[in-house]
Amino acid sequence: MKATPLSNCERRFLLRAIEERKRLGGRQCYDYRNVRISFGADYGCCIVELGKTRVLAQVSCELVPPKPNRPTEGILFFNLELSPMAAPGFEPGRQSELLVKLNRLIERCLRNSKCIDTESLCVVAGEKVWQIRLDLHLLNHDGNIIDAASIAGIVALCHFRRPDVSVQGEEVTVYTPEERDPVPLSIHHMPICVSFAFFQQGTYLLVDPSEREECVMDGLLVIAMNKHREICTIQSSGGIMLVQDQVLRCSKITAVKVAEITELIQKALENDQKVRKEGGKFGFAESIPNQKITAFKMESAAVDTNNVEEQAEEIITKADPPSEAFAKPILHTPGTAQIGEGIENSWGDLEESEREEAAEEEGESEAAAFECREMETEDTSTMRETKKDEPIVLSDSEEEEVVILEPQELPKKTRTQTNSKQENTSKKAFNKRRKKKRAAR
Amino acid sequence: CGLLRHRQAGGAAAGGAYWVDSQQKRYVPVKGDHVIGIVTAKAGDVFKLDVGGSEQASLSYLAFEGATKRNRPNVQVGDLIYGQFLVANKDMEPEMVCIDSSGRSSGMGIIGQDGFLFKVSLGLVRKLLAPKCEIIQELSQLYPFELVLGMNGRIWVKAKTVQQTLIIVNILEACEYMTAEQRKQALARLSGN
Repeated sequence: MKATPLSNCERRFLLRAIEERKRLGGRQCYDYRNVRISFGADYGCCIVELGKTRVLAQVSCELVPPKPNRPTEGILFFNLELSPMAAPGFEPGRQSELLVKLNRLIERCLRNSKCIDTESLCVVAGEKVWQIRLDLHLLNHDGNIIDAASIAGIVALCHFRRPDVSVQGEEVTVYTPEERDPVPLSIHHMPICVSFAFFQQGTYLLVDPSEREECVMDGLLVIAMNKHREICTIQSSGGIMLVQDQVLRCSKITAVKVAEITELIQKALENDQKVRKEGGKFGFAESIPNQKITAFKMESAAVDTNNVEEQAEEIITKADPPSEAFAKPILHTPGTAQIGEGIENSWGDLEESEREEAAEEEGESEAAAFECREMETEDTSTMRETKKDEPIVLSDSEEEEVVILEPQELPKKTRTQTNSKQENTSKKAFNKRRKKKRAAR
Repeated sequence: CGLLRHRQAGGAAAGGAYWVDSQQKRYVPVKGDHVIGIVTAKAGDVFKLDVGGSEQASLSYLAFEGATKRNRPNVQVGDLIYGQFLVANKDMEPEMVCIDSSGRSSGMGIIGQDGFLFKVSLGLVRKLLAPKCEIIQELSQLYPFELVLGMNGRIWVKAKTVQQTLIIVNILEACEYMTAEQRKQALARLSGN
């Protein structure tokens, strides 16, 4: 699928808003969105939510022979995937430029900073070492993937426990989690990336850009730092010219943000550790909150479908009798006469509104949807003063009219049946009532 | 997230089925629906619009009120158009028009340059389109604003200042998950400011 294009209207609005120092979610220029960290049942699995951007991280390990030029070091493997469910523009298996850039950033941030002690991953020098594999999946793209991914990566690595190993001479025994508690990885420091978006050739600066802001930005500066104020990686993309004091200012802001985020990570890890020790419930089922969709529950009116027939009868009897038919035939030529004025073709309208009803799947209020349809018909044919005189003139029994239309309805009904059962009978009553009302006018 | 539904194994249906009813966000073009489209290309006499469906819709330049071959509408790539579907089925590319059957525009056409466009779920738009929608009535008491609702889940808002527009956008997006009580409280807080 192609990504949704950015309209001129949005671009103009966002730039204007940035000039007035206003952001979409009501944030300030240097504010981060809410960071939420939740852990899964396994060690090494976590989901990080930065606003609506979601990244899932999973760490796994395996005993493999080491690389020939580094026989005493473990192997680290990082992989970031942009899932197609994250954004419409992402396709599976396509190496986009963005993906390559993100992967490189993660690698530089976590590997080159030497935050994980690879020597400790060695089991038998030259023969067996641990290969630690970190998989990051982007679940939802709402901007600033790199920050969320770096937080998820480092949290997962801190959370992970590898099986304990003992070496006796040539024998290597790997203990299962039941035999001996698994051992955490040895991590020296926690590098975290912070992104800065620049607008209007570097005049305006925003921290943690959202997806819309990323579309209109001129350039991006990413600084990876740990809480000891050491810069691990710095990258500027987009080709904007940055002045020295801008970069220094960004690094100061980064220091503050990283301190906050590191504290949050520590707290989250401690909480999870505590819950696991106490034997409480842990895992995603507990920590991912459920958001109630109120649109469902709010306006569902209970529709009593028991006495639909009687209600229909009532409506017919209450409805006004049809207006007087124009009984003055106009003679055009011998053999051709005209009674009444005729109305425009309303078949198109019927189909439209039927199809709209079939397309509806939500449990909306019956009355609301009914009135909606009323409005539709009124809008599209404002000139319809003369109603369906001709059919009424022919037969004064309105029942018959409904019967004629019903066979058309039936095939539509079977289609909607698979979609929403509970609306089935009420829809039928709807159509009956609607057609009667229209005819009765 | 949504409601879990269940259908018993009936006579015709093969086996029972469980599914989750959730707010739909992916739009499928339907004939007669009024939607907001973004112009992506101008190909000769026809504009290509993105409406959020699987295919781009086409819009002829003559399908505007008062448009003739000499008098073309001033549409650029990236503009927003509010129109309705003339043809929309799974076999053909959808076609849109900006006039109704009598040749009048009745509110359709190019949407103005200012204002902001954002996306919500389809259910929320249908709720907002219901007559006498409480949300819109309450919001209109807050500030005056212009609002265009597209059945494809896109909403365009314009208020006097950027701040007011942002507030309206945030409230509409939050209405998805807020109950009526919470919404009234939020609006009361805003009008108190």
